Amino acid sequence: MKFGVVQFPGSNCDFDAYHALRHAMKRPTVMLWHKDHDLQGVDCVVLPGGFAYGDYLRVGAIARFSPLMQQVKAFARGGGHVIGICNGFQVLLELGLLPGAMLRNKNLKFLCQPVHIRIENARTDFTRAGRKGQVLRVPIAHFDGNYYAPARTLNEVEANGEVVFRYCDADGKVTDEANVNGSLHAIAGIRNAAGNVLGMMPHPERAAEALLGSTDGRTVFESLILSLERPGAKARP
Amino acid sequence: MKVRILVSFKDSVLDPQGQTVKNALHTLGYDAVTDVRQGKVFELDLEGLTRQQAEALVPEISRRVLANPIIEKFEWDILKGR
Repeated sequence: MKFGVVQFPGSNCDFDAYHALRHAMKRPTVMLWHKDHDLQGVDCVVLPGGFAYGDYLRVGAIARFSPLMQQVKAFARGGGHVIGICNGFQVLLELGLLPGAMLRNKNLKFLCQPVHIRIENARTDFTRAGRKGQVLRVPIAHFDGNYYAPARTLNEVEANGEVVFRYCDADGKVTDEANVNGSLHAIAGIRNAAGNVLGMMPHPERAAEALLGSTDGRTVFESLILSLERPGAKARP
Repeated sequence: MKVRILVSFKDSVLDPQGQTVKNALHTLGYDAVTDVRQGKVFELDLEGLTRQQAEALVPEISRRVLANPIIEKFEWDILKGR
């Protein structure tokens, strides 16, 4: 399978994602320029972290108008796999591919630290290599990661099993303290109803090699690779 | 025609920046201030539109681009021209 990493002016985790996919996960990976109109036949689009368009107007608000993003939208609507990490998650929300919006972190601080997240749903194409309740240690680095959705949307997201990750402590307990940015229901990552689009604030690509202190982020990429290369393989319960 | 659009958080959405400003004002002794909501202001110059057309266009632009309707509301005024 082939990954494609989208580059916007202001992306700064594009090469981290490329490195993790190409060298740690050993899969063909191409860079996709935001002004292009061609997804180069990739099987999964990665929207990396950073500050696309300098976060002007709102985080992710301008990036969604890029020519390539119209292709990404059509790709996702057609069932193609898309993963948005950090700023990429924010872009997916603005693009309307995922429900909800991001607010500034509850303490108004830019948070750059390792956090623990719990797999809430292991029956997804992004978590099937893990198990429900498994705790991953992955870094975050964001100013606007305080997930918000109106009550009705939030209920639907919960009822449909669209919450993929929640912030938790090292033991997997969801506490106010562990919910560092103040996200509603401690949400760290969600997928869409169709199940082919994931947005997450933590950076799995920065936790894909032992040298970087954690290999827990590999679970996300291993799951994707499993889903796309062996779609028939059964997800773990 | 010049219009001014004010975008701010919906009442149901917590505005931590507004809260911080309120706390700062209280520190300075401005106890009469009971709440602060922070927002963004946009001024747009429009050309070749009737007032009626502007009344359709400005809300459309506000909803699609300037505000995120999930968390923000907007109001607008004509500053100049008609």
